[in-house]
Parts: sequence; C-alpha cells; structure tokens
Amino acid sequence: MGKLQADAVRTIKEICGRYKDERTPLMMILSDIQKEYGYIPLEVQEIVSEETGISVAEIYGVVTFYSFFSLTPKGKYVIGCCLGTACYVKGAQQVIDKFSEILHIKPGETTEDGMFTLDALRCIGACGIAPAVSISGTVYPKVTVDKVATIVEEYRAKEGAAS
Amino acid sequence: MAKVNIKIEGVDYQVESGLTILEAAKACGYEIPSLCTFNHGECNQGSCRVCLVEVKGARGLVASCVYPVSEGMEISISAPKAVEARRRSVELMLSNHSKDCQQCEKNGKCELLYVAQVTGAQEGKYEGVQSEHYFDEIAPGLVRDTSKCILCGRCIERCKNAHGMGILGFENRGFKTFVSPAENRSFADSPCIQCGQCVNVCPTGALMEHSEIAKVDAALASGKHVVIQTAPAVRAAIGEEFGYPVGTAVTGKMIAAQRRLGFERVYDVNFGADVTIMEEGTELLGRLKNGGVLPMITSCSPGWINYAEYNYSDLIPHLSTCKSPHEMQGALIKSYWAETMGYKPEDVFVVSVMPCVAKKFEKEREQLKVNGIPDVDAVLTTRELARMIKRAGIIFNRLPDEEWDSDIMGAYSGAGVIFGVTGGVMEAALRTVYHVLTGEEYGKIEFTEVRGHDAGIREASIDIKGTTVNVAIASGMKSAKVLLDQIRAGESKYQFIEIMGCPGGCINGGGQPYVRPVFLPDEDDDILDTYKEKRAKALYSEDERQSVRQSHNNPDVKALYEKFLGEPNSHKAHELLHTSYAAREGFNEVK
Repeated sequence: MGKLQADAVRTIKEICGRYKDERTPLMMILSDIQKEYGYIPLEVQEIVSEETGISVAEIYGVVTFYSFFSLTPKGKYVIGCCLGTACYVKGAQQVIDKFSEILHIKPGETTEDGMFTLDALRCIGACGIAPAVSISGTVYPKVTVDKVATIVEEYRAKEGAAS
Repeated sequence: MAKVNIKIEGVDYQVESGLTILEAAKACGYEIPSLCTFNHGECNQGSCRVCLVEVKGARGLVASCVYPVSEGMEISISAPKAVEARRRSVELMLSNHSKDCQQCEKNGKCELLYVAQVTGAQEGKYEGVQSEHYFDEIAPGLVRDTSKCILCGRCIERCKNAHGMGILGFENRGFKTFVSPAENRSFADSPCIQCGQCVNVCPTGALMEHSEIAKVDAALASGKHVVIQTAPAVRAAIGEEFGYPVGTAVTGKMIAAQRRLGFERVYDVNFGADVTIMEEGTELLGRLKNGGVLPMITSCSPGWINYAEYNYSDLIPHLSTCKSPHEMQGALIKSYWAETMGYKPEDVFVVSVMPCVAKKFEKEREQLKVNGIPDVDAVLTTRELARMIKRAGIIFNRLPDEEWDSDIMGAYSGAGVIFGVTGGVMEAALRTVYHVLTGEEYGKIEFTEVRGHDAGIREASIDIKGTTVNVAIASGMKSAKVLLDQIRAGESKYQFIEIMGCPGGCINGGGQPYVRPVFLPDEDDDILDTYKEKRAKALYSEDERQSVRQSHNNPDVKALYEKFLGEPNSHKAHELLHTSYAAREGFNEVK
C-alpha cells in the first residue's frame, strides 16, 4: 500500500460511502470504481475492504469472477467482441482472431500504446445483429472479418486527428 | 419440535421437521455419503452432489444436505439411479484431482477418499482436461496444494467464523476457479496469521501444515543433543490418533513414545509455562504499580501475535514482552540446561510438539534468537508426532505410562497444564499474582469464573484483598477484535487480557487431530459440539491431580531463579525470556 494518491483514496472512500445503507454494496462499489478508474488493483480493494468489512480475498474473488472488472488498466478504447451463441455461429471467433492479429494482443490484453483493449464478451443481447462488436459504447452490427481493419483504422485516424 | 412422518426405503420413521434429509436419515440410522460431515454451517452450498438421493415425486435426484424433509416424504438412498449418481459425482471430482494418494499425508483422514470407497468410485473413469494447479510452501506454517482442492469452501468459512478475517477466497470462475489468498499470493505474503484453522477443516490434503518431520529426522541422525518438549494441549488430544475416546489424556504413553523415538530429554513445556507466569505476573504487577501501559495482553499465542502485528500494531505496547512458554523453555535449554550438561548451545537441537501451526512460523522470528541461535529449532504438530510414532512401529496403547524427564527443569505445576485452554493462562497468572500481592495462597486455588472452552469473551473482577483486578478473556480473532477496539477507543475497563488465536485456545489449535465424525464412529453425533469441552476437561483434571498447582511453588522454578536468573524480570531474564514485536504490512510488495 501507500502507492495511491490521497485524492484517489478519498474518491474510493466516497464511492464506498454512497452505498453504506445497501445490504450487499460490493457490486455497486466495484462497478463505480471500474467506471471511474478503468481498473481495480489490490491496493484499491484493500481500501474497499476496510470501508465495508468484506475480506480482500472475497473482493478479489468478485473482481476476478466478472469479466467487466479489471485488475489492470484498460485501453482508451475497449473492443468487446460478443462470442455468445448467435454471434459465434455467425463467425465471431474469426472476427476476434482478426482483431488479435491486427492489434498484436490476445483477448483480455491491452496494446502497448494503451489505445486498445480486446475483450471477449458473452452474449450482449444483440443476437439480431450478430456478430456484434461493441467499442466503448458504440455497437457495430454484422461485423465480418474484412471489416475489422477498417474499424481499427477509424479509431487510429480519430486519434491521429486529435493529436 | 413438530414431527413429520417420512419413509426411507419404504420403512416408516418420525423425525423432527426442519431437518435436512441428510440429518433426518442420520437420526434414523443411515449415513448418506457426503462431503459436509462438517456441516456446521461451514459447507451448505449443496454443490458437491455426493449425497444425492431419490425422493418420490421430486424432479430429478435431490441433494440431501440441503433438501428439507416434509410430511409424507418417501426417500430412497439405495435406488439404483441415486447410487450411480453419487458414484459419478465422486468420479468427476477425482478426474480433476491429484493422484498421489499414496504419499499424501492426509491419507487415512481424507474425506474424498472415504466417499470414493463408500460410493465405489473409480479413479480415471473420466479422463478430462486438468485445471491449472498452484503449490505454495513459502509460509513456515502452511502448505496449499490446489491440485487436491475440491472447492468446498470450508476453509473460507472457517477463517471467517473463527476470526472474522477471510484470508482465503475463490478466485476466477468456472473451470479456472481455485481457492487462495487474494492475488494467488502465498500465505506468507498476505495478512494470514497461520493459525491453521483452515487445515483443521480441509476434507483433503489441499491445506496442510508444513511438515518438519524430515528436519527432526536429520537432527536425530546428526549426533546433536536433541531435546523434545511438548505443550499441554497435545496430551489431551493425541490419544484420538490412536483410537482413544476424545478427551482422554494420554500423558504417560506419549512420554514413553517420545523416549522410544530417541530423544535425549523428554520435557514438558509446562515448566516453561510456570516460568512464563513468573515473568508475566511480575510484569503485570510492575505495570500496575508503576503506571505502565494497561491493559496488558498475554503473548503466548503466535497466531494472536501475528494478528496484532498486522492489524493492531498501535497496541503493541499493550502486549506482554514475555516469549511464549516453549520459546522461553527453548532459550533455557540452550543456556541453563546446556551449561549444566557441559554442552555448547549450537550442539543442542530443540524440538517442540505443539497443537499449533503458527508456532512453526514463530520459531523463525528474528526476535526469538539469542546470538543468532534460535531458541527452538523445529516444531511438530500433534498430528506430526502421531505420524512419527506410527512410522516407528510403536504400538501406542501397549506402552507403559512413563514420567517426564526431571533433572534441573522437569517439574511443573497444575497452573502450567491449563495453559492449553482458553482462560488457562489467566487463571495460572491470577494464582501467582494473588500470592505475590498478599503473601498468601488463594484459598480454593481455582478461579473458575475465567474458565471456558469456546470462542467468545469472558470477563471477571477478582478481588485481591481490596485490590480489584478486572480481567477479560477472548479466543478467536473475532472475539479479540471487540476487546482490541475498546482499547483503541480508550474505553477498556480491564487491567489484564488473555487472547488466544484459536477458538477455545490450544485444545482446538490448528495442529490438533482432525475431528471428523466419519472417522470417529464411536463418538456421539454431537462430537463437533463437544470435543473442545472434552479436551479441556482432560487438562483441568490433570491440574487437579497435581500436588503443586501454582507456578511460584514449582521447586525447579524456584531453583532456576536462585541459581541462574536471579529474580523475575531481572536483566538476565529479560535477555533470555523476553522479546519484542513490530508492525507488519499485510499485503507486502512481492518481488
């Protein structure tokens, strides 16, 4: 411990305080922290443990159980490829493999420049437009292997323009 | 209680309503195979599927450990479908389980192997993918081998129930799930107090003490002077390993067995316990007289010391500076005894037999070395000593009853014996403190108000001829936390507090024989509720049988101070018998 900055500690305590009257506050707290910082490292879990009385091992268990939570920082753009049944039979595996190939990362990893994280998702409820890819909130319907490079370029271009 | 009528295999029974099928069947004389024989709320997930039975009208087979009985229920344990399903459940578990049963130290006490035998499960029936395994043997006290874990979660529950801590948890999910401290760290790199309560409930060999039998073997073969010393709680439990009823003190046979294993001296740690009382009692009186930090808290339990250093380092000044009894005695064996014998300290090897796995950690502490030489070289649990006795072919119950070695440091008082149970150190200390303050012996000797055998807090006010001493006792960190938080808040009304790491004290230590109903067929069904009390009784009766029952009246202790130490808390006593503590980071940086 001790690596966290004082204002981060304050924010985490404030997030814990939001749910102090909830019977089972852990999911809400972790969800808010994930949204705020993009990841939930052990040092942060220790603070949540102190604030809620829930053991660090249990919190760690919840963080590693749900793929939504992350122990390491995520990229600026999180590419979520749905691998639910409908998307899978429509070729989602080939789509995610193509993202892997272009970005040189495996699912669950983040590119070295911190730009992209590739995630494999279970059904996101968009079976009608399978295979679906969701990038930081924007959903791309019926993605095929040959569209992957264009999608990645779109974001790289956006970043290029911004910098 | 309301009753309900049920049928098992077509036979009518009347059982209490509200029971699970598993419990009801037990009351009717059936033992359904299950992995929650330790069903004290410590496994109630119904996930192992080993206890499946057929219930007429139910959809599919039901898990009898969680399914409640109801009026008119017709149950079949022997229905072919149920028999086959139970066998398959176990076979599936075995398919992802380490196959080294032969060398597994849990063999003979393994509940998985037991249900495999009962259900007729075959190893290798399903050849499937193996999940990734982790092995942690970094901590001196505990070993974790996930290849033997069946994910029952008993260890997780025990850590929470006993201590309110929860060092262990489930990590990841699905096939990748395993049980570990956060971040899959070693116990050594997490705020684990290494008490071993998790080991006591693990149904398989996934959690074990860190065995030091090989170290002791090597010492015995080396030609060193190997001295063995045994803690009080061991005598009250080791008999269970040799078929004696729970609560039988087998002191004489245990001594005889140790002698036959080839130790040069066979000592009782009770001598050290008596010395501890002299030192700790004097320390308490000093604090009372000179306005020292109060309440003073006992320091015998290394699990508790670990907890304090991790979580309450601000309260370290409250801890007695006394080493624990076996460390004191180890230091005396390597100085007082070695000098008398004409041995060099480095040629003496001290083995402690303890009901504890945290003692394995304790003996490694830098603060417990004198001139770089550890006070104690190896710590065996009660279970490990039993293994050594069995390995040597010694037929335990045919041994004669022998006496402890007694030369310059063998004698002990009844006060030392009761150290093994929660409240015992307190009572032993009060017997002596009373004498020092009044110059008289306390009439009835016993301070029964501080006695108990379970977790929870007890308190008492002792009137010592006009001086009132308020004391409290806690065992298990959940109870201890209440008293510690009072001190932190400046609201503690006590002068003296006894804290033991394990619920009930050493009788229920993490190194004691496993209490598993399936392996104790002669014990009553409620053995899980009664074993602590039974073991405690064995210690209190040994105390009653002693002619000397106060530490200050132990003749060898008197001689020790006259010839060697001077007086309690003297400079020499401080050098040899006292120690220090330091704050520790729970989740330290791991390189």
